[in-house]
Amino acid sequence: MVTGPRASEIVRDVPADYSPVERPKGPGLSASRAWEAAAAVVDPELPMLTLADLGVLRRVEARPDGSVEVAITPTYSGCPALATMCDDLVRRLGEEGFGDVRLRVELDPPWSSDDITAQGRAALREAGISAPGPAPRESTGPVPLTLAPVRRRLRCPRCGSTDVALTSEFGSTACEALYRCRACLEPFDHVKEH
Amino acid sequence: MSIHTHHEGEHESAYDVGLLGNDAHWAFGTSFEDPLAGVDTTVPDGVDPGTLAAYSLMLGDDALVLSHRLSEWCSRAPDLEEDIALANIALDLLGQARLLLARAAAADPTLVPALPTGSPVPAEDALAFFRGDRELRNVRMAELPNGDFAETVTRVLLLSVQRLAVLQRLSRSRDAVLAAVAAKGVKEVTYHRDFAGRWFLTLAQGTEESHRRLVAALAGLMPWWDELFTTHPVEAEAAAAGVGVDPATVRAEADLVLDHLLATSGVERPQVRPRAGVRVDGQPRTGRDGVHTEALSRMLAEMQSVARAHPLGRW
Repeated sequence: MVTGPRASEIVRDVPADYSPVERPKGPGLSASRAWEAAAAVVDPELPMLTLADLGVLRRVEARPDGSVEVAITPTYSGCPALATMCDDLVRRLGEEGFGDVRLRVELDPPWSSDDITAQGRAALREAGISAPGPAPRESTGPVPLTLAPVRRRLRCPRCGSTDVALTSEFGSTACEALYRCRACLEPFDHVKEH
Repeated sequence: MSIHTHHEGEHESAYDVGLLGNDAHWAFGTSFEDPLAGVDTTVPDGVDPGTLAAYSLMLGDDALVLSHRLSEWCSRAPDLEEDIALANIALDLLGQARLLLARAAAADPTLVPALPTGSPVPAEDALAFFRGDRELRNVRMAELPNGDFAETVTRVLLLSVQRLAVLQRLSRSRDAVLAAVAAKGVKEVTYHRDFAGRWFLTLAQGTEESHRRLVAALAGLMPWWDELFTTHPVEAEAAAAGVGVDPATVRAEADLVLDHLLATSGVERPQVRPRAGVRVDGQPRTGRDGVHTEALSRMLAEMQSVARAHPLGRW
């Protein structure tokens, strides 16, 4: 049950074109004006990503009384960006004429890096950030302790080289790891598989 | 429970006075303050709300207190990467604590310390900043004063081994809120445990000095290991009601993980006597009972001083 250090590293492939199956969105709402306004709000820490592309916007429901209910999920439990996202959602929807906005936190199912859309992944790469590979599957038995360094096979988002090295599993935001490219010598962030 | 915000005329933020411009991203203005906004916090049938709340506090306080100890490392870790890693782990734990304390407050609002009328302090902040040490229910290992880096690595390891095993089982709780918080926490604590495990191995097999420090850290912390698996009556009740996990049931798994790591690292398990509880009315009491070491009082004095000085403050 426990995974110890192995003679060889654990290698995780991060294909540049990885695109997960998207979770279905709320019922028939993606075309509504309120959804479009909310979906266009960007992540405060990764402003190249909209909340829809990040996969944290779960539902936007316009009510007959003119109010809007927005369901949002945090990426990590302590993500400090959540309050800002809510602030920005209320502001943006207000600009679209929705003065009465109710925010709901939806914890179940938890956010996964697989919730980042194909468009979001393209936007990350465009901004020089490496997009996550497939999220690890939930284990049914005890979670294995992984002592060997996990080596992700990924490409530098700047020069495309595969000669990259992990600097730290914990980067500038809760959801990123820090890498460096040995070819172009630039550091870059990698959104972690989560 | 959902937050009801009106866009017009309620902002008191710098946006409105034009200091920051429209593009500024700052987390104030909408009074978004309930981490469980809109979540159905109804207590499941047949579960005592007080038990569910007390149980949530125990898991929340473990996270809160360890988070604070880790945040004390900020700007003091051996290098920048580890500084950021420890801060990230502290942040994850603070997030878990916030959700768990909010869950406790929603289950049993009578637990929340009373604050002056007009105080904007949300329930989970009141629980974090306005309870005394006798009301905190964390295990004592979490509150011990920081030692060196080896001590922190070992402490994060031991507490994460136990917490991961508990959270994984808790993700099947009959309480949908605890189940969701735990499922989220499993992903985070898996990273924490791997981080600490790798450093444990690195220090054990590093230099003579790093090995010496690691062994000393383990010897100092292992007396507190037993307490992590000692069933408190609240935990037994929560487990019987299907909403909590009896920590004694994860002991075998936790010992197996630890022994494997020790064997891999070439470190022997120290032969130490478990730290006893403090006898109160003839019964041994420990952290889960609110009986702590002196270190917690000192930590809280610092952690709570600003909030207590400004109970009406808006942040």
